[in-house]
Amino acid sequence: MIETQELTRHFKDVRAVQGVNLTVAPGELVALLGPNGAGKSTTLRMLTTLIPPTSGTARVAGFDVVRDQREVRRRIGYIGQGNGAGHSQRGRDELISQGRAYGLKVVAARRRAAELIDSLGLGEVADRTVSTLSGGQRRRLDIAMGLIHAPELLFLDEPSTGLDPQNRANLQEHIVQLRKQHDTTIVLTTHYLDEADSMAERVIVIDHGRIIADDTPARLKTEHVGDRIILGFDHEVDAAAASAGIAHPLHRHGTQLTIAVPNAPRLVPDLLEDLRAAGLAAAEVEIRRPTLDDVFLKLTGRSLREGGAAAETTDRDPALVEA
Amino acid sequence: MSNLVTDTGVVFSRELRPMLRNPFGIVFSMVQPLVFLGLFAPLLPDDLPLQWFVPGIVVMSCLFGTSMTGSNLLFEIQTGSHERMLVTPLRRPALLIGRALKEIVPVVAQAAVIVAICLPFGFELHLGGALLGLVILCVFCLGLGALSYTLALAAKNQEWLFWTVQQTLLFPLLLLAGMLLPVSAGPAWLQALSKWNPLTYVVDAERALFSGDVWASTTASGAIAAAGVGALGLLVGVRAMKRSD
Repeated sequence: MIETQELTRHFKDVRAVQGVNLTVAPGELVALLGPNGAGKSTTLRMLTTLIPPTSGTARVAGFDVVRDQREVRRRIGYIGQGNGAGHSQRGRDELISQGRAYGLKVVAARRRAAELIDSLGLGEVADRTVSTLSGGQRRRLDIAMGLIHAPELLFLDEPSTGLDPQNRANLQEHIVQLRKQHDTTIVLTTHYLDEADSMAERVIVIDHGRIIADDTPARLKTEHVGDRIILGFDHEVDAAAASAGIAHPLHRHGTQLTIAVPNAPRLVPDLLEDLRAAGLAAAEVEIRRPTLDDVFLKLTGRSLREGGAAAETTDRDPALVEA
Repeated sequence: MSNLVTDTGVVFSRELRPMLRNPFGIVFSMVQPLVFLGLFAPLLPDDLPLQWFVPGIVVMSCLFGTSMTGSNLLFEIQTGSHERMLVTPLRRPALLIGRALKEIVPVVAQAAVIVAICLPFGFELHLGGALLGLVILCVFCLGLGALSYTLALAAKNQEWLFWTVQQTLLFPLLLLAGMLLPVSAGPAWLQALSKWNPLTYVVDAERALFSGDVWASTTASGAIAAAGVGALGLLVGVRAMKRSD
């Protein structure tokens, strides 16, 4: 569905995207994850024909994004960061003119608009001026606009930015449903970790205009970070003694042992049993599974969370960062 | 199948819709010209009758509205709906032409309102001439609207830039065209500048045509000036739209 080769875009001195090679198969749900300014949106803007690449090529839905712009545009849907519907327009009017823009006849455009208004729960607000709608309603309208021609491939640029948690969950539900019911290929950018984690089957981590990792969320976590088992002992000597018998990388801090393992839930029962057998029973145990932020931190040395890296890294265990 | 004409139709009717939904919006953009009509026209000397003044106010009213029309696009660039339309298969020229063509509707509506207001005060309507005058005015405004959109595309996120350029150009053009007072009474340098202003020829043509003087050379020069602005506007505007991201 998407195939890029050394896709590159420079803005004057800024190398926004540097040689991205990306393949997306039909039916995939892919999240491009990265901090602001990483090149996610620029990549998306090239794939949607909004800006031409400086060098490299991209084929989207079977057509070249530079030579066959109209063919690409016909086949893709795009939901940008802003509002697709004009603020001085009415939602239904915009849906109909959007349908006409994709070559639907008036009657068909009307029918399709009514369908989407219904399925996205916009019935009460579709005939109001867009500027009077709430942020969540406007975002649903944007989704409806992007779906008017039932595209085989849908791009969403930061779809849930600015939405409250309830609207965000609602939106994610719509996207997942869309995928299930129509087998639409979906590519979205996000800097929300939980969004990438819960929705995407494949996460592509982008930083400084390059792809630095590309896998399922689960595998990214296992491969790049792994789980941690945190054991608490009653006495420091027990903790020290226990640490000697454990083969995995670990770090001791007082009575607490932090152990880096690939799959904690499977290891914990045996580990506890072994310790008990050795007379070093743990007083408490905690399993910490990594987030995608841990993956990003591991890959780049920086955190994706707002507020930046410094404060986040200090309370992390040095042994594990190296593990 | 779609073509440039149907694409233009889609953009045109989309642009027109908010105006049809709220026709009184047009009146708000006419406040200033109506102020001139009410408070300036009574100050005119006797040798400058209403028949001379009103066509200038019609042009002024259209000039105000049309030169600002780019701000609608500017707003849509900022909110995201312009970007959304750029991703559709609509042909790029249609995105500009459809918008610019829409200007015809407020132009006709404003002319009708102003003429209707002035009729009881002794303004004579010569329908044939007035209609031809409207055609010329529409062509001019099509070009001016396209230039306003070009300015919006160039200004992008710098709203101040759009308004600074628009305001800086608007009043000199308007005064140099002899819209409020005849330039012929002014100094030679001002008359020379006025000859370089295409709007001068449009205003002169409107005055002649609204007085029923159809077969005059002013009609031809007005039509040529309007066609020139129309062609230039579309040419520049379509180029700008093709480069828009």
